[in-house]
Amino acid sequence: MITTLVIYGILVICLIFSLLKSKEKTLKAFKVAGQVLKKSAPSLIAVLGLVGLTLGILSPETISRLLGEEAGLIGTLIAAVVGAITLIPSLIAFPLAGSLLRAGSTVMTVAAFITSLMMVGIVTAPMEIKYLGKRFTLMRNGFGFIAALLLAFLMGVIL
Amino acid sequence: MKSTWKKSIPILIIIIAFIVLAIWWPDKAEASSRVTLDYLKEMLLIMPPVFILMGLLEVWIPKDKIQQWLGSRSGVKGALISILLGTLPTGPVYVAFPLAGYLLGQGASVSNIILFLGSWAALKIPQMMLEIKFLGIGFASLRFGLTLVLLVIMGQIMQKVFNKKTEPLWTMHEEPAPPKSKGKDPILETTSK
Repeated sequence: MITTLVIYGILVICLIFSLLKSKEKTLKAFKVAGQVLKKSAPSLIAVLGLVGLTLGILSPETISRLLGEEAGLIGTLIAAVVGAITLIPSLIAFPLAGSLLRAGSTVMTVAAFITSLMMVGIVTAPMEIKYLGKRFTLMRNGFGFIAALLLAFLMGVIL
Repeated sequence: MKSTWKKSIPILIIIIAFIVLAIWWPDKAEASSRVTLDYLKEMLLIMPPVFILMGLLEVWIPKDKIQQWLGSRSGVKGALISILLGTLPTGPVYVAFPLAGYLLGQGASVSNIILFLGSWAALKIPQMMLEIKFLGIGFASLRFGLTLVLLVIMGQIMQKVFNKKTEPLWTMHEEPAPPKSKGKDPILETTSK
């Protein structure tokens, strides 16, 4: 809710300034917005469906069942893969991670889950490809996954 | 209309997946459609202002300014701006993709875009509060620090690879890029027609 308010706040302020300076340019900005919206609609719809499917199948309960008792490196790897596939809002992800930790998961597993959740997004890839290209998306997500595993290992060693 | 067919294939696959799910696992299908509807509501709320903001950016901020702030010569200052932009409390990461694509198209460096996207996803301030609450301050601050270091390294590597690039990165606006020497905004020109 706060994020929505922040975005609309920024928009209103920018629109007021823009309108004061030039009506024509503001109108042009709306035209650009319309074009971008039209071009991104298919990938937006695809992402919506993918998010729904993954979260419906891999619900928080299913994830905690998958990772709760699983210990060791395989558990960590599964955690990273699950994190990479799903898109879970932080409002759900952090309580889930906390409960995993209390249920006996290692720091390494929880760190792998949280980090790959944030750095890698398979369900949002259609959108990322649309705006940033295939190569960029593949590389960013690939490196992100490696980074998540590395970070998990380091955190497991340190903490 | 071959291209429209190609575009609708992913959506068709998703619809089929939903139908399959509804037949064999109705409870999963119900959960999936509930989540989809939730996200649809969120997107309908968030995406329009984001697109309008992009339009405003396009109209008001000249390309050379973005190059100066976030381009490959922007150095530490550019990196700090990218991280700062990312940590603002402004919604899920799919909101950041159009912005990142736009900035990249306007001459921002690959390493800065990696920092921007990475901090947008992983280093948000409101998100940190939750993390501290549920995982402790030790976990949260160590993850924050390590993520930042890894993002910088990742950005440098990708920058090196993309310096040798042959294909254009900016693919959203399909018209061919005009010669650089004119210094005009390609997208502005098409919209004014």
